[in-house]
This record gives sequence, C-alpha cells and structure tokens, in this order.
Amino acid sequence: MATTSVLPSEFADLEPFAGWALQGERARYAKRIESTMDELQAFYDAAFPRTQAALDYLDQFPLDELPEDAKHLLWLYCALITVSFPVEAWRQPRVPDSGASSIDAILEPVI
Amino acid sequence: MPHYTKPAEGSWTQHYPELGTDPVSYDDSISPEFYELEREAIFRRTWLNLGRVEQLPRKGSYFTREMDAAGTSIIVVRGMDDEVRAFHNMCRHRGNKLVWQDYPREETSGVCRQFQCKYHAWRYDLQGQCTFVQQEQEFFDLDKADYSLAAVQCEVWEGWIFVNFDASNTTPLREYLGELAWGLEGYPFDKLTQVHRYRSEIGANWKLFIDAFVEFYHAPILHSGQYQPDEAAKVASYGYEALAYGIDGPHGMVSSWGGIAPPKDPSMVKPMERELRSGLFGPWDHADLGIDELPPSVNPTRHKNWGTDSFVFFPNFMILFWKPNWVLTYHYWPTSYNTHIFEGTAYFVPPKTARERLAQEYAVVSFKEYGLQDANTLEATQSMLESNTPVKTFPLNDQEILLRHLHHTARRYVDEYQKTTLVGA
Ligand code: FES
Ligand SMILES: [Fe+2]
Repeated sequence: MATTSVLPSEFADLEPFAGWALQGERARYAKRIESTMDELQAFYDAAFPRTQAALDYLDQFPLDELPEDAKHLLWLYCALITVSFPVEAWRQPRVPDSGASSIDAILEPVI
Repeated sequence: MPHYTKPAEGSWTQHYPELGTDPVSYDDSISPEFYELEREAIFRRTWLNLGRVEQLPRKGSYFTREMDAAGTSIIVVRGMDDEVRAFHNMCRHRGNKLVWQDYPREETSGVCRQFQCKYHAWRYDLQGQCTFVQQEQEFFDLDKADYSLAAVQCEVWEGWIFVNFDASNTTPLREYLGELAWGLEGYPFDKLTQVHRYRSEIGANWKLFIDAFVEFYHAPILHSGQYQPDEAAKVASYGYEALAYGIDGPHGMVSSWGGIAPPKDPSMVKPMERELRSGLFGPWDHADLGIDELPPSVNPTRHKNWGTDSFVFFPNFMILFWKPNWVLTYHYWPTSYNTHIFEGTAYFVPPKTARERLAQEYAVVSFKEYGLQDANTLEATQSMLESNTPVKTFPLNDQEILLRHLHHTARRYVDEYQKTTLVGA
C-alpha cells in the first residue's frame, strides 16, 4: 500500500498520530474533546519523548520558511500542548467544571 | 504579618477611604434596569478601547465593530492622511448599514479607497465626506456637504485605538486614562505584533468576569489542578498577597509576584512546561523589547519577585504585562445584563524559531485552560446572585479591593448620570 507521509521522514514513528497535525487551535481543541483519555495518552506517550528532537529539527529552518512536512510537525507539537493539559493535569479531555463554556481562537498566526 | 508592605492605614482598601470596608451588594450585576443605565452612563460616555493601530496596517484599512452596549455599529478606518477615524456605520440616505458582508450583524474588515452603500450607491471618502449621490438632480436642494457620515470621537494612545460615543465629551483620551496609563508610555507595544485572539460568550454580567481577573485570591484554589500536587498544597497554604495595588479615578491596577522562571525545582511545573520552557506566565526565555528599563507603572515596586501586572481601564479594558515581555488584553463587551462577549488577546514579539513559537503557544493555551475554569465559575455565580435568596450582601477582603472599586465606580457613573438627567425633569 502506497502512502504519502505527512511528517518529515525522521519522525516516521509519529506518522500514526499525523491526524493531530492540524492547523489552528480550534481544530486541535475540537479533536482533543472528541478523543478518549486512552487516545490522548497514546499520542502523548509517543510524541512527548520526541519533543527535543522535533525542536532541533524545526530549528534548522527559519520559521517563515518551514517546508510543508515541517509545518505539520510544528502543528503536531501545538496539538501536543493542547493534549498535555488533560494528560498532565485534568485526567479528562475537558477542563473540569468547564461545562458548556467555550473559548475559541478567532485570530492566530498563520504558522 | 503581610509578606508585602501595605499602606500606613493598615490595608489597601482603607488607603482609599471612599471604598469603605462593608460587605457589598451585586444588585448592579443582576438587573436589566441597571444595565440600561450603564449603557447610557458608561458605554455611551467613556473612552472604549477597540484594539490596536496595527489592525489598520495601510491607508484605507478598516474594520467594523458591533457595539451592542452603546447600541450602534461603527466603522474604524485609517485615512489617506494616516489618521484613524470612526463613524457610525450608517448611510446618510435612508439609513442602510454602510459596511458589511453577507450578514449585516457580522463584523468585517478590509482595505478600500471609499465606502459605497449597497442600496443606492451613495459614496463616502475615508474622512466620511459624501462624494457621490446617485441621480443627485432628483433631490431637492441637496448639498452633499451636509451628508457626511456621523463621526464618533476617536483617539489613539500608544497605538491603542479608543472611541467615545458622547458627542459632547470634552475629556481627551490621555487625560481620561490618567496617571496609571501615563506610567506605561514608552512600552514598546508596537514590537509585539504576533497576535493570538480568543473570544467567548459568557453567561454573566460583564463586571463579574472582570472581578474574576482582578483578584488572585482564587488562584491557589480554583486553579489548584494546574499545579503539581505538592506545589498545589504549598500554594493553597500560603494563599495570595499582591505586591501592590493602585487606583486612580475609575482605573486600577494590581502588581503581582509569581512565575519565577526557570523554576528552582523543575518538578514544581508540568512536564510539558519543562520541555518547552514556558508556562502561564509566558516563555522562560524573555523576549528582547529593546528598552533598558520598564516604564514606571510596570512593576511599580520594582520587586525582584515581580511576575505580572494587571491594569483595568474603566470600563471594560484590561492590559496585563508579563515579566517575559509579552502583553495580554481583555475586553468585556456586554450584550445584556447577564451576558457578554469576552475577548482575550495575546501580543508577543514575533518568534524567529519554532521553539519560540511553541513556547508562545504554550502560554496562550494555558491562558485558555485557566480562562475556561474562570468562565464556568462565573455562570454559577450569576445564576445564584439572580436567585431568590435572602442573602443580599457579600464580604470582600483586602485582596479583592479592585472588585470593590469596579462596582463602586459603575454605581458612581450611574448615580452621576441620573443626577444630571433628572435635573429639570
Ligand atoms: S440607503 Fe444608502 S444609498 Fe440609499
Ligand atoms: Fe483565574
């Protein structure tokens, strides 16, 4: 089966989690609250140990000249930030006691 | 014994005797009638911030704002002379909304050379002058000079755009903002052009959400889940004391310690914070602002443990300065007595590397996680304040002085407005 990879080849191990390489905090937060804790934990366990490698890889490029696959890697780590709160603090996908309230990103950097 | 010196009177609150120390009532936050008075007395009569000049990057750049609280929609535009002006968003022919896209109730922005009405094509230049009337000869002695867009007072302070809907207002913006603001002048806001903005519809009176952001008495408790467990217990046992409070007229500020970065003991913070060297207080590696010293209103006590300052510019604009050199603003736009739209905007020095970008992302995402906790608590407060209980007043401690001041100020504006309008009635 021919597949095209979303992430740089150095991060092939994270390819199963490429679905988290989402542009925009809104999309990343939406995926977080649709996920189970097991799914969030699996993503965290795979991506967290690779953080420094990802930062080193990304910092080879000026931020405004990131190749497409590197951009995806950056967004994947933006998603890891969003996912780190349930995993490290809340033990549930939503912020505890946040009920129906929502705070939505309406303006963000393009990259 | 307080950890940080309080004024000679023994407390911050008693330093400002007009505030009193009695329990307060929140009747000003649960009444449709009081809200209608606030719209007149406050939102139609004070300087209101709409953001920054960088939102209007070019000659002809404009944005519209729906100003429910003031009961109007406005256009804010940078003219060919680079002046920023504001107008009521209404065509002078038959009152059509002049600038909108697809949905008349939605805000819009763009760049243009002139405004043209969608209805009968009357045109206005960027200074609001009517420049074209379709079939002008059909009208009766119509002089275009009499049909300029209705102007709204608009002034810029340190790159922040403000409007005032009171056509008879004679207080210049800088004078209105007062000494606390003067002490912020020179802060290089224009260097902080990396912007993240969040919006939320909140089911509570606008003042109650400001209340939640001007005291940190709640932080060790409501936000305890954000700390590592040992740290949470320690923080709760210390409680909270600010470094200093300041009040000048309707405006106030609180200066706070915290966010010591990097932490002495890395286990104090969450693993992701350690990886990215960032946290709620911002990136551990400070951005370069290119100034030797912060202006005097920022960290006014020059305390080494300083972490963040929060300024409240009455009625609904807050600016927070963080030690790692970034800024957060809050706006609270009432839509009814028990609802408002909250906007939080983070301003950073543009990141040069992905590492810097992710450190900033961590800070804004933390702000959202804390904000979600604050927001929901608010709806719970509003519903109980509105409920039919016999409890009518509530105590406020010295660390809650800015709440006391905010509600006191709102009542004072309403009282003064009522006095002036009742004269001769
Ligand atoms: S209402 Fe605008 S041109 Fe007629
Ligand atoms: Fe809070």
